[in-house]
Formats: sequence, structure tokens, C-alpha cells
Amino acid sequence: MNNLKMYTKGLNFYYGDFHALIDIDLPIEANKVTALIGPSGCGKSTFLRTLNRMNDIIPGTKVEGKVVLDDFNIYQKNTDIVDIRRRVGLVFQESNPFPKSLFDNVAYGLRINGERNRVILRERVEESLKSAAIWEEVKDRLDDSAIDLSGGQQQRLCIARALAVKPEVLLMDEPASALDPIATQKIEELIFQLKKDYTIVIVTHNMQQAARISDKTGFFYLGKLIEFGETDQIFTNPRLKKTEDYVTGRFG
Amino acid sequence: MNLTKSTQFLGYTILRLSALIIIAILLFILWDIIAQGSEVLSWEFLTQKPKNGMTEGGIWPAIVGTFWVSLVSVVFSVPIGMFTAIYLNEYAKQGRLIRIIRMAIRNLSGVPSIVYGLFGFALFTLMFNFGLSVISSGLTLGLLTLPWTITASEEALKTVPFGYREASLALGATKWQTIKTNVLPYAVPGMLTGSVLGLARAAGETAPILFTGVAFFWPILPGFPELFTQQFMALPYHLYILATQHHEILKVRPLAYGTAFVLITLIILMNSLAIWIRYRFRKKYK
Repeated sequence: MNNLKMYTKGLNFYYGDFHALIDIDLPIEANKVTALIGPSGCGKSTFLRTLNRMNDIIPGTKVEGKVVLDDFNIYQKNTDIVDIRRRVGLVFQESNPFPKSLFDNVAYGLRINGERNRVILRERVEESLKSAAIWEEVKDRLDDSAIDLSGGQQQRLCIARALAVKPEVLLMDEPASALDPIATQKIEELIFQLKKDYTIVIVTHNMQQAARISDKTGFFYLGKLIEFGETDQIFTNPRLKKTEDYVTGRFG
Repeated sequence: MNLTKSTQFLGYTILRLSALIIIAILLFILWDIIAQGSEVLSWEFLTQKPKNGMTEGGIWPAIVGTFWVSLVSVVFSVPIGMFTAIYLNEYAKQGRLIRIIRMAIRNLSGVPSIVYGLFGFALFTLMFNFGLSVISSGLTLGLLTLPWTITASEEALKTVPFGYREASLALGATKWQTIKTNVLPYAVPGMLTGSVLGLARAAGETAPILFTGVAFFWPILPGFPELFTQQFMALPYHLYILATQHHEILKVRPLAYGTAFVLITLIILMNSLAIWIRYRFRKKYK
């Protein structure tokens, strides 16, 4: 496994008494798209959120094991969680722009990091919106409220917002599940572009989507990582019967 | 089948009548006060001090006094109420301590206002040595409105979608940055609504100010520094005096109605303000 950006080792996760993730060992390669698939409730979203410690904000949860980012276990004591979240961005399933202007949405992450220079803010906002492939659609109305955008535009705005703080890893939790096919296609093209500069982990319900956009695929079932490998192999020649049943749509 | 229908009709009628009775009571009170109170209402009544043993003149000192005690109570209770709500809703881990705090808040809102009055007298007037003053009364009213302010502020915080907090944290914001920039701005209008409702309630209370500073007759208007040293007049107490304690009770009856009219108008105005704030807030959200 060369060029490893992140990996988990013996990762267990509990919601109270419920053992939601069981001994997950999963490698995440740099500048690749890693897809996480599996039926609802299998733990793939929970896993995604352990990668930038977003689960910390849910009361009554517990983590065991390691999540390593560039040789640094992000669950070790005295970790700067805020810094981790800056380096590992997250795009949510429901597009959740702030009820502010487009500009303020994208500039948010920069401003909370203390960036006040208007010229730099402008540059970074433009750059991020371009990276998220939404610049052309919105460049004339950056002062409009983000709430007035269409669903697909809102989601790309949220991606731009996440990109603005220049994360190293971008986590995406079913970013296209609420979108129509055309908007979905745009997001997929975008992900393909983004992997040049970012390491991407994406949770998806959509099998074709995982097959189209990812390099590696992990199949989760009942809190366990059942199979992990090259996307082509998982979809054409899975080693396990369970995986085959799922990717061919026999259950799930 | 017919029986079912008539039962349904009966039930519906009872429910509707109950609702109509509420409106009828309110309208009756309003009609009585407006009909009788508007007779004495004049520019002079609103802007003059009482004269001739309160049988003539106006209620200006009582209006000013009510304004000042209400202001003191708001300045005291709104920040504490907001901060408490932020702590309870954003920071505190659910557990025994939180349950006890919530129980305390709920019980505080059920304490009779006369008890607040005695407590305020013991604490502010005597122990803190604030004497009989606007400050003592205002703080006592502040205590009375605190449970309302806290509850309203917490409700306002709960209406802010969890996604705003999540998204902000995921961008590397600290908890306080998140609350400051992405929770409070959307919750403050709701908090204000609750505060104005609490204020309206405080303005109409008599018992808490009874022992802590309100006066039968006190023609000197409060201001700085009288706020801290002097007694004052207030609308609800003035009304109480005119209605039950005056030596020429029938002669001053119209003045009592006029006072009631002014007081209820003030309270309706404040409630309308609260509704207006809430309305604007909701519209902005959607």
C-alpha cells in the first residue's frame, strides 16, 4: 500500500451500548477516491465521521482503536480537534448552507481562522467556487442568500465552503442522494476533478456511482468492513458471497 | 349512525364554546376598561402628576416609574437568562445537574409573585441595602421573569437547525465561534420575543414591588441617581390604590379606569412587539 494518507486500525465505535463499528482496518490512499458502500445502518456514515472526529459532538459515544492521519493518531490525547477538522473536511448528505450570502458561506471557514484581508478572501472564495464547479453560475450574485440556490447548487456551494479552508482530505456523506440526475452528474464530475488535489472518501448508496467514481471500495455490513479492494475487483469479481449479493442488488 | 353524528356535533359544540368563552372574557374586560377608561383619557392625564389628593391630575409619574422598573428588570434578567439558556442548550452534558437546574427553573416559574416580593425585600432592600428603590423593585421583577427568559431563550436556540452547528464545526470552528456566528444570530430574535413577553408580565405585577420600593404618592420622577435611592410610583400599584385604598373611592373611579386602560394598552403594545419580532424572524428563516 503506497502513499497512504490515512488509515484506521482496530477501530471500534459505540453509541451507548450499541456496538456500531467493529474492528475496522481500512486504508485511505492519497489522491484517490475511496467509496464506502453498504445497506442503511451498516455503519458507513458513522465510520466516515470518525475520520474527522465529528462523532465527538454526539453525547454517549465511545471510540477505541486508531485513526491515523499522516502518522498521527487523531484520537490520541491532546489532539487539536479543531485543527483535525480543518485538515479533514466534511460535506454532509443534506446540503446545509448557512442562511448568509454565498460569499459569506464560502468565506466562513477562512474568517473563523482569522483571515480578514478582503482581497485574499475574494481570491479564495473565487478559487473555491471554481474548484467546486459553480463559479460560472453564481459569480454575479455572490451577495444573494445561499438559501435561494437550487439543491444541486447548494451542495456544490457546501463543497466550495469545505474546500476554502484547504483541507487535505475531503469526506463526503452521500453528497448526491438528494439531487436529481443532472446535478448528481455534476457532483460526480467534480469529484473526479478534485481527486487531483485532494484525498476523497465518499459514502454512497448508489452502486453505479461508487463504480463510476471511486478507485477503492469498502463494503460495510452490520458494523463490519466485509471486503475492501480495488473498485473494479469489488464490483466484477468480489471475493465474498455477501459482497457479491450486495453489489448485484440481491439484498440491501 | 345518527347517534354517532349527533355525538360528534355535541362534542364539537362543546369544544367551540369553550374557545369562544375565552374570547368573550377577554372582550368583556377590554370593553369595560376601554368604555370607562377612555372618558378620562387626555393629554393632561398622561403627562401630569396627580393633584388634590389624587382626585385630579394625571399618572405621568406612574408611567415613568413602570418604565424604569421594567428596564432594570430586563437589563438584569435578559443577559442572565440568555447565558443560562446557552449553557443549558449548547454546553451542558445531559445529566443529573442539568435535571436539577431545569427542575429549579420550572419551580421558580410557579412561585407566587408575593413570595418574590418578600424575597426581594429580604435580599435587595435589606441584605444588599438597596433600600426602597427602583433598583430593588426592578431586580425583584427581574427574578420573577428569569424563568420565562430562560425558557424562551432555550426554545429559540432549539429552533436553530443542528446542521448549522455541524457544518460550522466541520469547517474547523471552535464551539464558541460556532455559537457566536452561527447559532446566536438566528436565535436572538426568538430570545427577544421571550424577553418582551417577560417584560410585559413584569410591568403588570404589583406584589413584587409592593415591599421593595413602590409608593402611594411620589411626585419626583426617577432618573439618575434617584434610581438607586428613591421610591417611585407604578401603574399597577397606582391602580390598586385608586381602586381599593383611596379615601374618596367613588370620585377617583374614572381615574382608576383610565390607569387600567393605559396599563393594558402598554402591555398589549409590548405583546404586539413580541409577535412582530417573531413574525419577522420566521419570515427571514423561510
